[in-house]
Amino acid sequence: MPKQASILIVDDELSVRDSLMHWFRKDGFRVATAANATLALQVLEQASYDVVLLDIKMPGMDGMELQSRIHAIDPKIVVIMMTAFASVDTAVRALKQGAFDYVTKPIDPDELSHLVGRALKERSLEAENTQLRETIAELSSGDFIVGDSPAMQNVMGMIAQVAQTNATVMIRGESGTGKELVARTIHANSARKYFPIVPVNCGALPDTLLESELFGHEKGAFTGAQFRRKGRLEMADNGTLFLDEIGTITHKMQVDLLRVLESSEVMRLGGSHPVKLDFRVICATHEDLEKAVAEGRFRQDLYYRINVFAIKLPALRERRGDIPTLANHFLGRLASEMDKRVSEITPEAMQKLVAYEWPGNVRELANAIERAMVVSRNGVVGPDDLPFSIASGPDAALPGTGSLAEMEKAHIAATLVRTNWNITQAADVLEIDRATLYNKIKKYGLQRSPADVATSGEPKPS
Amino acid sequence: MPEARIHLVPIYLPNHSTVLPRLAERLQKTFVATVTIRPLGFDPETTFDSSRGQYHATALLERLLDQARAPGTRILGVAGVDLFIPILTYVFGEAQLDGSAAVVSVYRLDNAHYGLSSDDKLLVDRLNKEAIHELGHTHGLLHCQRGDCVMHSSTYVGDVDLKSAAFCSRCKPAR
Repeated sequence: MPKQASILIVDDELSVRDSLMHWFRKDGFRVATAANATLALQVLEQASYDVVLLDIKMPGMDGMELQSRIHAIDPKIVVIMMTAFASVDTAVRALKQGAFDYVTKPIDPDELSHLVGRALKERSLEAENTQLRETIAELSSGDFIVGDSPAMQNVMGMIAQVAQTNATVMIRGESGTGKELVARTIHANSARKYFPIVPVNCGALPDTLLESELFGHEKGAFTGAQFRRKGRLEMADNGTLFLDEIGTITHKMQVDLLRVLESSEVMRLGGSHPVKLDFRVICATHEDLEKAVAEGRFRQDLYYRINVFAIKLPALRERRGDIPTLANHFLGRLASEMDKRVSEITPEAMQKLVAYEWPGNVRELANAIERAMVVSRNGVVGPDDLPFSIASGPDAALPGTGSLAEMEKAHIAATLVRTNWNITQAADVLEIDRATLYNKIKKYGLQRSPADVATSGEPKPS
Repeated sequence: MPEARIHLVPIYLPNHSTVLPRLAERLQKTFVATVTIRPLGFDPETTFDSSRGQYHATALLERLLDQARAPGTRILGVAGVDLFIPILTYVFGEAQLDGSAAVVSVYRLDNAHYGLSSDDKLLVDRLNKEAIHELGHTHGLLHCQRGDCVMHSSTYVGDVDLKSAAFCSRCKPAR
């Protein structure tokens, strides 16, 4: 026994307590005894026990009552009830109350040792389960939604409100705002968390494939269906089905899906028996479903069926205050994933991150940080490591196409802004000498703007 | 250090003349002790439970203890009758943990009990193991997880046959 197992024996008969105590001591148990329920509760207050052997008939509080008290103190304690007079009624009652087993005195030594062995196994499995549950809780609470902005706080409040229910959730938001993350968070905080969340990207699959993907198929249902296959809906049984890009499914799929959601039954393609299922549905879309309904592209009945509880995710540009937190969050996460020591984003770079429009939202931000970390040096992400230009700054003038002269002019202008018109520094960056830079400035008629002068030498306030 | 002694005491043992000397020889080797056979000094009927038709092992132990007062002396009752402790239907034996008294019964070690023909050699083998096991408890040894160690717990006669009569390296008692 790696850890000394412990057992509490509760019986009003001294001889029974003594014999059991000696018996279990020889098995290496830590043994305690109690002559009645009150004493047993006192013993349990002082130390915890793995197993309690409990006589049903005792003066005062009887074993049944004590069992429910023990269950209230620690439901993980394995209770074995003992009785001198076997009665089916009490046995059933004890087991219903959560007793592990019920034995009649005297008990066969072989039976007793097996019984206690099984009880300890149960106890260690229980402990293992608890540990697993804690691990899941840790995993699910670790890398999730980041953001202190009122908009995100509101989203998190809504998640907390709806997670424990069985309600269908519709998550709206631009691409890259984290709709799947929200779906996973809802799932992870629901009672279904020990069952899978099954994501289906409706937009990524052609109609026929989506059908067999969702409903599964019997062998021979169509050419190439060589094996019977479970559909995503069946895989999500007891768990959550996450339908991403729900706005893209065809009219026929809308009808099929509605039928499944209404009946909770699914028929495999080519199958003859419906399969009863229990799953929760979370949908996501970046489309304007109301418009799609108005235009007849999306069925109104399905719309009402899935739009029970809507969560709207703000675009990243609508919560710029969260950008530094998010950027640092990705930096920390990626640093350990990439095993690269990048510990800081410079204030200039951060300023650039906050100012950017982020059409690709959080996904784009994560990618930008990842790229910046790859190219960064000295463990710091600087403004030059970022893969984009600030739309509002002079860099925005940098044309993607155009003549060489235009490109040169824009590039020099941008470099000058970045270096606060420090000619020596700008010439270094451009790898030309200062005289050449002066000539180019003159040639292109570049001038320092008043805004640049005002913030010269100081980082811009964020 | 006083010389180690083991007193063997027959309790309703019909064929003790053959079983006890062989057990004595074995115990002498295992525990390096002087083993003697002593008569029972009390009436075992006081430990009989008429409702169960068995003898109370713990009560027997208490009475046996009175016969082993000398330091370094252990007493082992060898019973021909069935033993019990209150909660269990039967026991092969019982011992004082880290004490000086133990008792074993041949009643359920005999093939005849299971409707098979008696096997004298097997019976002595089993008795040796159970006697060493119970005396091991008096040396403070607990049950061992190793299946072949004599200190492995046996709750069924088949279990007794599976283990050996020897202590594993971790259980070997200090003498």
